[in-house]
Amino acid sequence: MTAPLLDIRGLTKSFAGHPVLADIDLQVQPGSMTAVVGASGCGKTTLLRLIAGFETPDAGTVAIAGRQVASPTTSVAPHRRGVGYVAQDGALFPHLTVGQNIAYGLRGDRASVRRRVDELLETVSLDPSYASRRPHQLSGGQQQRVALARALARQPVLMLLDEPFTALDTGLRAATRKAVAATLAETGVTTLLVTHDQEEALSIADQVAVMRDGHFTQVGSPQEVYRHPTDRFTAEFLGDCIAVPCVVTGGVADSVLGRVPVRANDGPGTLILRPEQLVATVVSDSGQLDGVGTVLAVEFLGHDVLLTVDPAGEGAPVVVRQHSLSPPPIDAKVRLQVIGDGVVLT
Amino acid sequence: MSASVAILVAATFIPLGYVVWGAVSVGPTRAVDLIVRPRVGELLLNTVALIAVTVPLCVVIGIGTAWLVERTDLPGREFWRPLFVAPLAIPAFVNSYAWVGVVPSLHGLWAGVLITTLSYFPFMYLPAAATLRRLDPAVEESARALGSDSIGVFFRVVLPQLRLAILGGGLLIAVHLLAEFGAFALIRFDTFTVAIFQQFQATFDGAAGSMLAGVLVLLCLFLLTAEAAARGTARYARIGSGAQRAATPIALGHNKVPAFAAVTLLAVLALGVPAWTIGRWLWIGGGAVWEVDTIALALGQTIGLAATAAALTTVLAFPVAWVAVRSHGLLARAVEGANYITSSLPGIVTALALVTVAIHFARPLYQSVALIVFAYVLLFMPRALVNVRAGLAQVPTGLEEASRSLGSSPTATFLRVTLRLTAPAAAAAAAMVFVAVATELTATLLLAPTGTRTLSMLFWSFSSELDYAAAAPYALVLVLLAFPVTVLLFRQSTRVAAL
Repeated sequence: MTAPLLDIRGLTKSFAGHPVLADIDLQVQPGSMTAVVGASGCGKTTLLRLIAGFETPDAGTVAIAGRQVASPTTSVAPHRRGVGYVAQDGALFPHLTVGQNIAYGLRGDRASVRRRVDELLETVSLDPSYASRRPHQLSGGQQQRVALARALARQPVLMLLDEPFTALDTGLRAATRKAVAATLAETGVTTLLVTHDQEEALSIADQVAVMRDGHFTQVGSPQEVYRHPTDRFTAEFLGDCIAVPCVVTGGVADSVLGRVPVRANDGPGTLILRPEQLVATVVSDSGQLDGVGTVLAVEFLGHDVLLTVDPAGEGAPVVVRQHSLSPPPIDAKVRLQVIGDGVVLT
Repeated sequence: MSASVAILVAATFIPLGYVVWGAVSVGPTRAVDLIVRPRVGELLLNTVALIAVTVPLCVVIGIGTAWLVERTDLPGREFWRPLFVAPLAIPAFVNSYAWVGVVPSLHGLWAGVLITTLSYFPFMYLPAAATLRRLDPAVEESARALGSDSIGVFFRVVLPQLRLAILGGGLLIAVHLLAEFGAFALIRFDTFTVAIFQQFQATFDGAAGSMLAGVLVLLCLFLLTAEAAARGTARYARIGSGAQRAATPIALGHNKVPAFAAVTLLAVLALGVPAWTIGRWLWIGGGAVWEVDTIALALGQTIGLAATAAALTTVLAFPVAWVAVRSHGLLARAVEGANYITSSLPGIVTALALVTVAIHFARPLYQSVALIVFAYVLLFMPRALVNVRAGLAQVPTGLEEASRSLGSSPTATFLRVTLRLTAPAAAAAAAMVFVAVATELTATLLLAPTGTRTLSMLFWSFSSELDYAAAAPYALVLVLLAFPVTVLLFRQSTRVAAL
């Protein structure tokens, strides 16, 4: 494992006596993208502003590329940190053209600056003719791409993105996200993204850090945090969950949903599954009632269907998500099967 | 920067300090003797009566015209809209001169009410029109749907929303009434300011004058407190989100003709009379009154003083505005409070305070350009501040942070982003201070260095000598100087409303 490009240790910050960040640790590997995801007000933007240098920490340290840039006693000014920053609304300078915005942080003679601006516009898939336009003449997605080009111009070692896609409408968001992720991967810049959208975090990041009330509940790969959440909050924040009581014996959880392989010690607990891990198949006759439930409600969502199933009259109903082709009707008897392993929380 | 702001704030307290020091130095017995006497009672009655009659009159006229122009199908709305801001280009003392030219026997309270109402009603019209344009018609439509007629909607829905505009405009007019000297001196109507000025001319640094100033300051502080109390916590008008539809004009029906006649009469009284008098005296005076050399010299001196004061005030407004916008500590509140009070103190108090301080502590400064420019800075800082502050507040901190993260130092960021984006507001600030200085009379008469002859001083000396024809060219130049800034003021108010 190489040395992390961004190394945060014990970072703490309060505003007016109200703690916002409590003892945050985070390491980001060079060239990777980390997403910090959490509900609004959880402190994720403050974390970003501490790294960028717009705020100073109460305790803890921030090191970028091996250089300590922030601690309660030392603080490197934002413009000397070599960090790129893209704000939620892009924060383009309204008094400058697109080209002048991108050239803002560039030094050198006119011709070389001009060449670099064209290159950067190309990097973010915008035509060089955009250089002479004003920010207000661009769409929201284009503005975000210009903001990215402007931040990339100084070849930062670390790129900070503060909810850069939130202000865009749904269709544009996915497209801009893909374009930005591709650009960042191409340039190989280490990126820290802050977002409240778990789908966004899971889809583009190499590492996801889930934040709640100023601390990380879990840090890991998208698959890891989604499939194996370490607590109930993380599990529910990242997507819908099914939670049923169970008893673990020898790596297998026993519950109304049958026997599911888990990584857990023996004893009672709560089995957590994702709705897409369950499959409900209609059983023709009620000969064998073991493991058979009744469909209570069917919610049609287009490509998917949500089935509320009462599992054999024991415990609370569970929700099953499956494709919407010929779903079972209400009151149908279905057999529930679990795909993959589950997580047990005690 | 905090230190320089603190010094500026301290300087704004010089006028108040002068009044307090004056009261303390004469001692309580003498102070009571000087204050409790028939002359002070007469001045108090005059001043209070003037405010009590003029302010409500301005409220009625200002809101009435604003409502007619903004909300009804009054013919020629686009023509009237800027026209009722135009009286602001005519200094009150020029307006007074114009009326005396038409009716030479004008004097006393009712003359004062007539002239100042016509000069100051735009202070009510401007915010009322801006607020009316901003009101969401959906609210009025809801009231209509709930069974109110046009009159009912106006009193139950529109008028309550104009409360802040009425209080703010009313305070501004009252403060101007307290401070006005020239307009009342010409019609021999004695208010506190007029009496203080006469006292100063007779006895120079007299205790009687500073006691009168003390009563004047108390009156002023009373007005400020009353306005603040009436305003309560409803300090900021709510601005609705989302685009709002344009309001459908209310049909005046058979009231259209009387309404049109009323606004026409108002325009004739407020603008026609000054235009006619100035034109008439220029016609009578002919070529003889155009002493081009004197006028050019006065114009040069006026522009020199006004430009210096405007530049200095605007530059000094930056650190103060910065503190007010960007920090929320004790200093910020002190800055707000200090400006609120100094902006309301009559110019004569500030001028007297500076004369006294200069004589006692800085003799060489007395009758110097530095002192008069300093007085202008104190008097007109709030006008610059309002603009610079609004400009700064509109620069999102996100832009400055973006600049910092792009490698610009704090200084470079200020120059390349903040200053550049605040430039239009700073230009407006400088323009407003420039005109305020160019048309200022009271403090200028008291503080002008020997040999200085500004436009307003020359106008004043000619009209005091009843040489109305010779004064006419100066009146014309003063109005022409003030006109572009009045247009600017009108533009600003419509733009704010468009947000």
